[in-house]
Amino acid sequence: MKDVQDGNSFRFYTQLYIVRLLGIKARNPEELLKAIKKVPPSSIYYHTHKFLQQHLYLSPEPPNDFGFWVSNVLNLKKLGEAITSIDTISFNDLEDLREEFVNILDEYERNKEFSVNCPEGQELHFMSCKTFVFPTKYVARNLDEFKKIVKKISINSLYFHIFEARLRKKIQGNDFSLWFEKIGKHVLAKEITKLDPYTITLEGLREKILALTERYG
Amino acid sequence: MADIRDYSRIVGHDRIDELYFLAEQLKGKSILNINSTAVGGGVAEILSRMIPLLKQVGTNAKWDVIKGDDRFFSISKKMHNALHGVQIDISEEEYEYFIEINRRNCEEMNLEGDIFFIHDPQPVILVERRKKLKGKWVWRCHIDFTTPQKDVMRFLKNYINKYDASVFSAPAFARNEIRVPQYLISPSIDPLSDKNRELPTEAINTILEKFKIDEKRPIVTQISRFDYLKDPLGVIKVYKKVKKYIDCQLVLAGGGATDDPEGMKVLNEVKEASYGDTDIHILFLTPGSDIEINALQRASSVVLQKSLREGFGLTVAEALWKGKPVIASAVGGIPLQITHKYSGILTYSIDGTSHFLKELLNNTDYAKRLGENGREHIKSNFLITRHLRDYLLLFLSMFYQEDTVFLD
Repeated sequence: MKDVQDGNSFRFYTQLYIVRLLGIKARNPEELLKAIKKVPPSSIYYHTHKFLQQHLYLSPEPPNDFGFWVSNVLNLKKLGEAITSIDTISFNDLEDLREEFVNILDEYERNKEFSVNCPEGQELHFMSCKTFVFPTKYVARNLDEFKKIVKKISINSLYFHIFEARLRKKIQGNDFSLWFEKIGKHVLAKEITKLDPYTITLEGLREKILALTERYG
Repeated sequence: MADIRDYSRIVGHDRIDELYFLAEQLKGKSILNINSTAVGGGVAEILSRMIPLLKQVGTNAKWDVIKGDDRFFSISKKMHNALHGVQIDISEEEYEYFIEINRRNCEEMNLEGDIFFIHDPQPVILVERRKKLKGKWVWRCHIDFTTPQKDVMRFLKNYINKYDASVFSAPAFARNEIRVPQYLISPSIDPLSDKNRELPTEAINTILEKFKIDEKRPIVTQISRFDYLKDPLGVIKVYKKVKKYIDCQLVLAGGGATDDPEGMKVLNEVKEASYGDTDIHILFLTPGSDIEINALQRASSVVLQKSLREGFGLTVAEALWKGKPVIASAVGGIPLQITHKYSGILTYSIDGTSHFLKELLNNTDYAKRLGENGREHIKSNFLITRHLRDYLLLFLSMFYQEDTVFLD
């Protein structure tokens, strides 16, 4: 893949994915813990990121599949809240994120007073994804062009530059903040980096990026 | 058949451009789809919609069917039922005959392609010839694989594991014993088909008049075959509980084969249970009543799908696509389509369904919001354009091993 930055221009990429079924399922927190320990990193990624994309119009967003399932299917509200509250944005390494889930579930297992299984048919099925990244026809040479493109670009492209970039480049910011830095828009870059995309719908995120660009651009 | 560009006004130009881009990556590759029937049945219906669209975006997609006699199809029907969990014995001779017919087809068919996309168990054995035929082989399972009978699964898995990949319609269908990659591709609805396209109000009203349904009072609808597993009798109980408080009407509409004795039995029981209540409309629809179904769904205040078991339950997607609040059982593929209290309501009992039905009929703003969220969820995940995209990604996946593929 060529860099998204081409000189002073920003090339918009997009991504699509196909879901793989791993044939692993959990009925209770113990099985959830076992599975989280053994699934590939792409599965941790799928369950902590793809959920947003599939439900991008829902608000409030369920932040990860595990927390949503524990709270709403197992009805273990305290554990569900602990898993849901994991600050996904502070992790740019999936193994660290996995470890965080493991720690919470380990602690729960050590202290639990009772066992609970989900109703039949509502097991959590582990999946992963195979992602395809490719360039779009859009290139921004300045902030005005950037804003015009952000207004119309597909959600998948926003997703790629905001979420994927952090893990791909192991950075706290994203592709947009890096480009803003490069073209000398340091305050804008800082403000975009501060966004927590995990707590906003993707359409809401589009609006925020546009508003910040308008204000600090 | 609609033009692929016609979908851009629904999903956006970018989505359609993506399909062209992906198809371009498959240039020079031919994809041969094989199933067991050209007409009738869900798989033939899907292929008859998908193959023209695959061709329109530029892939070299082909479709052929295997031939079999009555004995072969009676064995494959047994296999189908056994995969659904029904206890059925299939003898060694029957398995051998099943294999023999597949091998005969291998000799007689013109099997050429870069990707062999084999649908359902009937032609599964063709993969035996993969060394000679070369190419990539994918097995697409369209049926419920949740509780397959062990013997049949043991027989099939030996063949499935010879493929490069397999594809299932719901996460619960994934199997531990399958060693090749398993992909998830959910079914879809076609927003431009007669069953789902926009209808003018007059057309909807004409159909309501035809069935003597009052458009001014709330309409609660379940569209499904008259089958115990769809629980139409449970739906009547739900309605009766709610009717005590809210003056609503119930529409139970669906088709079914007139030569299906169980279907007729269920229909008669439903008629008996609704006897004397003119606000219950039992509509036995003839095949091809797609516009009627569309109008009934669009006229509904709330749509129910109180199934006891369900494959995927595309009637839920149809209703959500029309922005309708849906209350449905948490079975089969329904939880994939509804997130409880966000994009619909998931229930487990007659009492629960009655409770939420009252709530939605009394809180129309909340009901509307559920319907709107539901429509967006269907738009993002269960339209035919997503299905087409998944097929293109699946074919591309055959040529790339890595988890993240960069196409420049």
